[in-house]
Amino acid sequence: MLNASMDQQTPESPQPRGLQMARSMCWHCQSAVTGEYFCDRCVKVQPVSKETDYFTCLGFPRRLTLDPKKLEAKFYELSRTFHPDFYQTKSPAEQTISLGNAAVLNTAYRTLRDPIQRAEYLVALETGSVKDIRTSPPAELFEEILELQDTLEAFRSSERDSQEGRELRTVLETEQRGLEQRRQEMEAQLHRLFTDWDQLQDRGEATSPAREERDRLLKHMRDLLSNRTYVTSIVNDLAATIA
Amino acid sequence: MTRIVGIDLGTTNSLIAFMKEGQPCVVPDRNGRTMVPSVVALTDNGLIVGDSAKEHLTRNPERTVYSVKRFMGKGLADVQNELAYFPYTLTETGGVIRIRLGEKSYSPPQVSAMVLKELKRRAETYLGESISKAVITVPAYFNDSQRQATKDAGLIAGLEVLRIINEPTAASLAYGLQGKTQGTIAVYDFGGGTFDISILKLKDGIFEVLATNGDTHLGGDDLDRLLVDLFIGQIQEQYGINLSEYSDHMQAVRLEAERAKIRLSDDLKATITIELPDDKGHFTRELTREQLESLAMPVIERTLAPCRMALKDAGLTSKDIDEVVLVGGSTRMPLVRRRVEALFGKAPHCHLNPDEVVALGAAVQADILSGGTTDMLLLDVTPLSLGIETMGGVMSSLIRRNTTIPASAKELFTTYVDGQTGVDIHILQGERELIKDNRSLARFRLKVPPLPAGVPRIEVTFLIDANGILNVTATDMRTGQSQSIDVKPSYGLSDAEVERMIEDSFKFAVDDVNARKLIEARLDAEALLKTTERSLTEAGHLIMADEAKGIRNASSQLASAKDGSDPRTIRARMAELEQAAKNLNVVMLDDSLKKSLQGKKVTEVT
Ligand SMILES: Nc1ncnc2c1ncn2[C@@H]1O[C@H](COP(=O)(O)OP(=O)(O)OP(=O)(O)O)[C@@H](O)[C@H]1O
Ligand SMILES: [Mg+2]
Repeated sequence: MLNASMDQQTPESPQPRGLQMARSMCWHCQSAVTGEYFCDRCVKVQPVSKETDYFTCLGFPRRLTLDPKKLEAKFYELSRTFHPDFYQTKSPAEQTISLGNAAVLNTAYRTLRDPIQRAEYLVALETGSVKDIRTSPPAELFEEILELQDTLEAFRSSERDSQEGRELRTVLETEQRGLEQRRQEMEAQLHRLFTDWDQLQDRGEATSPAREERDRLLKHMRDLLSNRTYVTSIVNDLAATIA
Repeated sequence: MTRIVGIDLGTTNSLIAFMKEGQPCVVPDRNGRTMVPSVVALTDNGLIVGDSAKEHLTRNPERTVYSVKRFMGKGLADVQNELAYFPYTLTETGGVIRIRLGEKSYSPPQVSAMVLKELKRRAETYLGESISKAVITVPAYFNDSQRQATKDAGLIAGLEVLRIINEPTAASLAYGLQGKTQGTIAVYDFGGGTFDISILKLKDGIFEVLATNGDTHLGGDDLDRLLVDLFIGQIQEQYGINLSEYSDHMQAVRLEAERAKIRLSDDLKATITIELPDDKGHFTRELTREQLESLAMPVIERTLAPCRMALKDAGLTSKDIDEVVLVGGSTRMPLVRRRVEALFGKAPHCHLNPDEVVALGAAVQADILSGGTTDMLLLDVTPLSLGIETMGGVMSSLIRRNTTIPASAKELFTTYVDGQTGVDIHILQGERELIKDNRSLARFRLKVPPLPAGVPRIEVTFLIDANGILNVTATDMRTGQSQSIDVKPSYGLSDAEVERMIEDSFKFAVDDVNARKLIEARLDAEALLKTTERSLTEAGHLIMADEAKGIRNASSQLASAKDGSDPRTIRARMAELEQAAKNLNVVMLDDSLKKSLQGKKVTEVT
């Protein structure tokens, strides 16, 4: 059974206007919040604003190479700050905030912990649009994928144990290895772009070549990421079919 | 802050624990036993629970419920192929199994509530204070319906369930407290009815679950059944008797099978003796550990696939596991230990009592919740992917399995037809592509203002809380208004039904108290009668004939009071008998003292 309840993200002020205010004004004592997560005056926990991105939430700059140890340490520290276990003796409003914050924190950590998801998230954040989902193969793989679809079709309709079935399986296995190799190359290329991105950010130039470089990197990463996702799903399909 | 207790509500045995000076302890009964058999029997004097109920398994099988945990959050169709093993009658109402006990039917949460009440009472007697708040454990692989059913059981028992926590993670808390362990551990929990595997990372007081897997329908019960099938097959062959038609004998066979299985964890051989119906004598045979193991092997093998899956999901191999911890009675089997050792490549350890470790961990979690401990924090995961039904009967995943909880996902809904006023949403849990292969959790209808198609924008938030239980909320993005959602569970009690059961349980509480008093008085009376009888045979010759007659008289008075239904009369007769036998006891004590001193030198005595 489910617990159905009213949306209580911001318990004292459920209007959307309240959401923006949550950042600057304490929901409880209405004084200006200067502390990071707690009101300085009444020491009540504050809801993480809906506009807070995952990098800010975990206190990291928008970089693509992050030290996993530091990320984990920060995640543990914030878990100790927000986890509902430590709010059992507090008011229902504070419990609701703690629950919401902990859920956001967990999503933020899950997203930033994985380099690929982190990059997908950053690209979406910087370009202001969600990632594209490819439905057709990238140009450089077009021929290969079409051929692969035919082989898969033939394999599906063949007897697994027949001579033909065995031969097709071998072809598909080779194909799978080839695609996995391809994916690794894409990932290596992505990691080089990650470094480029971080360096560009570190320089912090506001010149127009810097802006062009930024846009070029974002576009390149975006394409590679969606190609990689496409190849991954083909590989998974392939593996499932011949398993 | 009032005390919060930790409860292990097991398929076979249940325990209750509390914190004492920073250490968790399990509450024992008068005889020092810590486990309460999860058995409920309906007797002529009302419902009884635990050890005394267990005695009714063979006497009164149709009215004695065991392994009720297997039915939590389930419909009748889910357990169709094991109905034959249970002597009591199961039916279904509103997607929930009902168990027939005499004139009435009870839902699994109600039966579990009886076990919980017994535990609660035990703790109240032991601690001398009333208990109203608890942490209750569930198998890690329990789905939403099963967790909710457990929470309902707590409510019906008059407990505020502050947290539902996973059994293997609870165990890890107890271990973590012990050794200040660091590193990656695997907890292998194989109990009476369920199997769980959890992989955790322990670091600086944080217990982070990396992955969990299991089978909520796999345990020692299944091994007992294999043995039962073996024995009744042989009895059929040798004697032409179909024992499965005799439910009292079936229970005796089941208990004998379990006894043999347990013995074979220590010994290499066990003898089985089964009484046949209609005075046909006894069936006896020998069972070797080897025979048991070859029978048990396929069941044990079924625990290994979930272990591999959990490792894979955690992104680890068995080499990365620093320690393997065993939990649950069935891990006492040497075969289980060998298989686990082979899989992880290291000897598992179990220096805490595998029967008690889960309850101890629940008490530790209770301590964390009450603010007693702040250096430990458990970060658990949801065991199953959560999703909603989309076009073509496909499940669209919203929260993946092994996501750290609390976890939330938002989904925006709109309409396809002008003026449409509702959107039906079907929530599921499971790992398969098609909805028909996954578990239906609930359905609800989203209210939408009548507008042109595609204009309404309703954001639904699916939030899995720290109990692993789903909460759904919805907001109209255009107006910012939130709406309440009336969720209809697929396999659970409605809120109204739970309310009613709570009321019922209060109503019957008075009857229950009387019934319990009577049962206790009878048990005590029986014990007194037995010892008096023994004293009379041993030392009757040492007292006057009149006195002996007086004792016999008081004894028979008590015996007849015991058959009545007034506990006060029984207690009064007991007091009289004790008075009558006072001198006898003194005389007997003197006599035995004299005997023990005989032959000893005087210097030794003084
Ligand atoms: N020495 C032993 N050898 C083999 N099996 C044993 C032994 N001792 C207990 N068992 C079995 O362990 C099971 C009970 O274990 P436990 O008390 O851990 O289960 P539970 O907590 O009630 O069940 P669950 O955790 O599955 O809900 C029973 O099936 C019992 O037969
Ligand atoms: Mg158990």
